[in-house]
Amino acid sequence: MEIVDILVSMAAATLRVAAPLVLAALAGLFSERAGIVNIALEGKMLGAAFAAASVAAVTGSVWLALGAGIVVAIALSMLHGFASITYAGNQMVSGMSINVIALGLTAVLAHAWFKQGGRTPLLNDSSRFGPIELPYAAVIRPIPGLGPIYADVIGGHNLLVYLTFAIVPLVAFVIANTRFGLRLRAVGQNPGAVDTAGISVARLRYQALLVTGLLTGVSGTYLSIAHGAGFQQDMTAGKGFLALAALIFGKWRPWPAVWACLLFAFTDALQIRMQGVALPGVGVVPTQAIQALPYVLTVLLLAGFVGKAVAPRAIGVPYLKEKR
Amino acid sequence: MNSSAARLPRWVDWGLLPALNLAAALFVSGLVVLAVGQNPLTAMALLVEGAVGSSEGIGYTLYYTTSFIFTGLAVAIAFHAGLFNIGGEGQAYLGGLGVTLVCLALDDWPWFAVIPLAVFGAAAFGAAWAAVPAWLQAHRGSHVVITTIMFNFIAAALITWLLVNVLIKPGQQSPETRHFAEHVWLPTAQSMFASIGLVMPRTPLNLSFLWALLCAAFLWVFLWRTRWGYAVRAVGHNEAAAVYAGIDPARVIVMTMMISGALAGFVALNDVLGVQHRLVLNFVGGAGFVGIAVALMGRNHPGGICVAALLFGALYQGGAELAFEMPALTRDMVVAIQGLVILFCGALERLFRGPLERRFAPHATAA
Repeated sequence: MEIVDILVSMAAATLRVAAPLVLAALAGLFSERAGIVNIALEGKMLGAAFAAASVAAVTGSVWLALGAGIVVAIALSMLHGFASITYAGNQMVSGMSINVIALGLTAVLAHAWFKQGGRTPLLNDSSRFGPIELPYAAVIRPIPGLGPIYADVIGGHNLLVYLTFAIVPLVAFVIANTRFGLRLRAVGQNPGAVDTAGISVARLRYQALLVTGLLTGVSGTYLSIAHGAGFQQDMTAGKGFLALAALIFGKWRPWPAVWACLLFAFTDALQIRMQGVALPGVGVVPTQAIQALPYVLTVLLLAGFVGKAVAPRAIGVPYLKEKR
Repeated sequence: MNSSAARLPRWVDWGLLPALNLAAALFVSGLVVLAVGQNPLTAMALLVEGAVGSSEGIGYTLYYTTSFIFTGLAVAIAFHAGLFNIGGEGQAYLGGLGVTLVCLALDDWPWFAVIPLAVFGAAAFGAAWAAVPAWLQAHRGSHVVITTIMFNFIAAALITWLLVNVLIKPGQQSPETRHFAEHVWLPTAQSMFASIGLVMPRTPLNLSFLWALLCAAFLWVFLWRTRWGYAVRAVGHNEAAAVYAGIDPARVIVMTMMISGALAGFVALNDVLGVQHRLVLNFVGGAGFVGIAVALMGRNHPGGICVAALLFGALYQGGAELAFEMPALTRDMVVAIQGLVILFCGALERLFRGPLERRFAPHATAA
């Protein structure tokens, strides 16, 4: 294959793999900046993936499916809030419980409803978000250099990929420049001060989790009816944690987190390319080493060996009004 | 983890509250069973029958219990120091590597030399895998929850690479090591009972069950009868006060996590040395995560953990039988129950505690 073709296909693959990570990382951003640790991204995505695939299989409508994915992810997010805000429970324990509940329930329901060994029926193209051909792509594609970039890197993705990258600047703007964003950041740093200003900490944190649910809902839907063609057991396979790692790697800021997602997605595309390929001077790099790379990088970053990631100060601490 | 535990009468705190939490989890699970068109009471009866209705069922139940005691204790000791160790899965996996390296290298030695070394190998590798996140938490402030999650993934990649490229038995396709020599296998319950003249069916239950009970006893002595255990609990309750008492929290964090990792590593004694007799992919199979539910339900007390582990052992074994008898349900139902138990016993602990405190200790809860 020509080098240009390889680069084009890798760039396209990177965008496709990055999209759900970006959505999930931004979802985590909202809750973590509001002071709620979110190790439950994985479970919320998985729940959404199953709901979307089920509804798509039954109704054939991608929009109803997207709606179902979002509703389920928001419901799980509200459960997270109920346990960790209203009942001031440990946020990580409730997050873990959501992951485990989602893992078990999706498998049980998929098996019971569709009787295909824990999968949902394979979706045909009309009940999925299919690739979108940009205008004149067929005409422009043969042009060397720019053509393939226009037709196959920028174009040719499904709608949710474009939606994802359109959301990024919006999120960055909301966090940095709006009243909601300012309050969100404040409640993650110093909820006491927010409370003193007469703003409800609980309400803000619930709002943050609502956005988390919305974005993880789209992310999960992407996995099962845009990237894939149906639900499989445990189909998130750690992507929620990878997104969390990207969020931390991006130091809890929107654009750096998105770049981290792109980097992690690129290592994924690279790993598929590099299987069995010997590099000069290094030899064959084991695929497992590349798979583990994002996690190793995140640990190194958290340890302060590669820059320093400082979490929102009040993260993980339930806010109790009376206990001051 | 909670400072209000002392207010309630002991039987409420240790009996009624966990029972209510479990009942809530089972009630929601029952609704799920209804939702898939099955009778929850029949399902429950099948589950109990499968778990304890035959000596074979009991053997399997206790085999699962063994692993869950180890991981439950691992999560609990970390909780006592105020740490949430989600890395039991990876630590157990590394423990398997420790056992395997000892056995592959030395299994021409007599069993009384190899088995203690294998126990040490499991503990050392599990502890080492927990020590890195612990050190980073203690000295660099990296959150142990996030780093242990990352270490689970790194462990999975590492062992897959080792099994595929290094430790694989030459001339075979599946990524497994060779079997260890038979004389270093842990004796099964069947063979142990046979030696005193009792007939037991063949189950994976093995000697490590007794080791799990011993570990629970050791952990109780450690936590409540030694100065180290006192230091662990002091750091968990109030780190600043612990510093004033002359305790170095950094040392305590590293020590606690290493003990936690070692306990998780012992899962390998049950599964690798007791059942598989070789290293296989994913032998831990989620036991590390079950430990979270077990520790929360057992209120982080070794005695409570043994009871909770038995309950989860029964759920896992009964769930397998249930899936067989009631094909509409799969064994994943047990995973959902496990998640609900974590929710009700851990995250929503205050849901029932509040009303119970008003009922049983009305004067202590004015706040």
